[in-house]
Amino acid sequence: MNKACNSISANISYGTQQKKYRLRNLKEHIAEGLLLLCAFLAVISLLIIATYIFYSGVPIFGKVGFKEIVFGMVWKPLEGSFGIFPMIAASLLATLGSVAFGATVGLMTAVFLAELSPLWLSKIVRPAIELLAGIPSVVYGFFGLIVIVPLIDKYCGGGGNSLLAAIMILGIMILPTIVSISETSLRAVPVEYKEGSLALGASQLQTIFKVTIPAAKSGIAAGIILGMGRAIGETMAVILVIGNTPQLPGSLLDRARTLTSNIAIEMSYAQGLHQEALFATGVVLFVFIMILNIVLTTIFRKAGEEK
Amino acid sequence: MNNTQIKISTKNLNLYYGDNHAVKNINIRIEEKKVTALIGPSGCGKSTFLKTLNRMNDLIPYVRITGDVYFEDLDVYKDYDIVELRKRIGMVFQKPNPFPMSIYDNVAYGPRTHGIKAKEILDEIVKSSLEKAALWEEVKDRLKQNALGLSGGQQQRLCIARVLAVEPEVILMDEPTSALDPLATLKIEDLVHELRNNYTIIIVTHNMQQAARISDQTAFFLHGEVVEYGPTKKIFRVPEDKRTEDYITGRFG
Amino acid sequence: MKKRKIKETIQKAVIWLCAFITVAALAWIVIYIIANGLAHLNPDFIFSEYKGGKNGILPMILSTVYVVLLSVIIAAPIGVGAALYLVEYAKPGKLLYLVRFATETLAGIPSIIYGLFGFIFFVTILKFSFSLLSGALTLSIMVLPTVIRTTEEALKCVPVSYREGSLALGATKFQTIRGVVLPSAIPGVLTAVILSIGRIVGETAAVYLTAGMVTRFPGSMMDSGRTLSVHLYVLAKEGISFEEAFATAAILIITVALINLATNKAAGRLKRSFTSQDN
Repeated sequence: MNKACNSISANISYGTQQKKYRLRNLKEHIAEGLLLLCAFLAVISLLIIATYIFYSGVPIFGKVGFKEIVFGMVWKPLEGSFGIFPMIAASLLATLGSVAFGATVGLMTAVFLAELSPLWLSKIVRPAIELLAGIPSVVYGFFGLIVIVPLIDKYCGGGGNSLLAAIMILGIMILPTIVSISETSLRAVPVEYKEGSLALGASQLQTIFKVTIPAAKSGIAAGIILGMGRAIGETMAVILVIGNTPQLPGSLLDRARTLTSNIAIEMSYAQGLHQEALFATGVVLFVFIMILNIVLTTIFRKAGEEK
Repeated sequence: MNNTQIKISTKNLNLYYGDNHAVKNINIRIEEKKVTALIGPSGCGKSTFLKTLNRMNDLIPYVRITGDVYFEDLDVYKDYDIVELRKRIGMVFQKPNPFPMSIYDNVAYGPRTHGIKAKEILDEIVKSSLEKAALWEEVKDRLKQNALGLSGGQQQRLCIARVLAVEPEVILMDEPTSALDPLATLKIEDLVHELRNNYTIIIVTHNMQQAARISDQTAFFLHGEVVEYGPTKKIFRVPEDKRTEDYITGRFG
Repeated sequence: MKKRKIKETIQKAVIWLCAFITVAALAWIVIYIIANGLAHLNPDFIFSEYKGGKNGILPMILSTVYVVLLSVIIAAPIGVGAALYLVEYAKPGKLLYLVRFATETLAGIPSIIYGLFGFIFFVTILKFSFSLLSGALTLSIMVLPTVIRTTEEALKCVPVSYREGSLALGATKFQTIRGVVLPSAIPGVLTAVILSIGRIVGETAAVYLTAGMVTRFPGSMMDSGRTLSVHLYVLAKEGISFEEAFATAAILIITVALINLATNKAAGRLKRSFTSQDN
């Protein structure tokens, strides 16, 4: 009897229940759709950015010629020569130089933090490196301008504004990136590896150089490549110390101009073909970054497979 | 007077994790307002089976289910709205999992989710739920404090109160005392004893004594199958199957 | 045997030396700039305008604050939404891979490219001209990967048992996210926002090409404005005043130090809120 009543009232409310569920499910779908849209905005942004940079920068390669731009030695945009080879060379040299410094010092600092440092000392060093990572690049540039450039001028001559100054500033700037990523991957090396080596009678340092560092090599490589990306993309700090003359640097003490500084310096007044040439500079930079990114994802995928 | 009704029943229920056949051909009828204990060695499928009843396995990818589960004569996987189903079949987990919010908000979470906003009503629900879960006296002066500050046993009773607050008809308990000390365990057992008057309870347990103490019906699971199912007294005194006897007398470990 | 000992001593010395170089470089930069900057850091400099014989940086501070607020208002909801989708809804597959690839790539793009893009898209095509809005839109895309990744990490830390508990009570998936998952991950979202603020405050190239460098008080978000970093750049590049440059640089470093402190606090809170239950 009781049950019969229940089922009747259940039947009556069944229709309204269904409506309620449908409304609720609709809400759920809308919410999911909105979140999906948010996730997709990242993809859309990347597409728009790539499209506009390439759309604005590629046509000039057709008008002036790919070879004339990428391998051209003379940058005189108002006279119609748009050679950016000196800038490409300067960017690559500055990046390689700073990475050579940053990778060595950075990796050793990471080894220090992960393996040798007493606890109290890492408690000081680690926040210090975090601070180093957060300092705006323009502050590094200012420091370079006011301290490094005069020092170079004093001891090496040549005015101080130079490729060397840029390398030093960039080298310090990319340290935090390399240190923190390398340290993380050094710490991720399983203790068993180290114990195995130590148990065979290897010393602590032998273990670090023969076992720990090789085991962490993908992470370390990733840190170095991220550092490279930072160095090649840095603009303001470099402008302040490199001298900005669009010439092929013959020595470390020569003035030079990187791809990034070329864009930042001339964008504010460039018109027409000149502006297009600056976008072309951006395209070349973009391509370099994409190559680095592909290398990076390959490394990460490899690291993933190893695990 | 024997007017027991069947609350939940399954028909040829199978569950696969990928290729692993975890639950095999279960046919079981669970009676209303009784305590049913599911016992068996680890990995025998009893927890997995429990989670098919309120469709918690839906969360896990690669799970495939065949056969039927009926809740009051309607198919759990076809006829019910999943939210409505879970509202009516509550669940208490192995490890107490209060939300990282106040005691009050933990209990009020369910009713709020289901659209109750009035403060007086919520207050009333929180109080009565905590009372039913035998926790009210211990926490009534600190309802605004974070639930993570409670002891393990209190947390578990809070989780039970949280389930009671949405007024379910069935409560599934997945080894609710395995993470608790003996004293806290006893309190939960007393609580189950109280709740059986108003709720249908299905409890998974490793603890033989617990099953014997609190349940009316017992099902013995082995390798994903139900070996024996019947009144608890009978299962523990005169089991029909040799394997049940072996397990209960401790020869399975 | 002895030879090996000598070799090890040298290796150890090199490692210590490198660590010393890292710390010394930092100490040198920070101390040098703060020491020189403090001399010029007075209320008159901080709280006055940049005109009529006054060289105050209040307009730049305000522009910076506006750009930060606008960017965070744009980037935070989108970034958190994206992270929620990636962690709570997305199934492994092409879509997830595509979004991952896009965020990784966005994270790697140099800020000058963002500047170029903002200049052509927001300033020129959408006709927002050099304005705080153009700057903020550009920067919000730039910090999006940071917000997404940091929030993702925080969401992954939320125990599955919270989600199970909520779903078992009959909450829907989105109710569970809103009611339990997101509130538990708030410290992580906070970390994401603070990290983004740090990047925005420190950014020069992208702002310089999109928000302009006017030293007036910005009246609305369609006005052009100069952030502190751009101000420092102009002061140093044009050699206007090294004293002011020092003071501005000092302010930037102090801001960054405070931001780092706040980040560590927020991250610590995230950790604590999930560990306290295991007692």
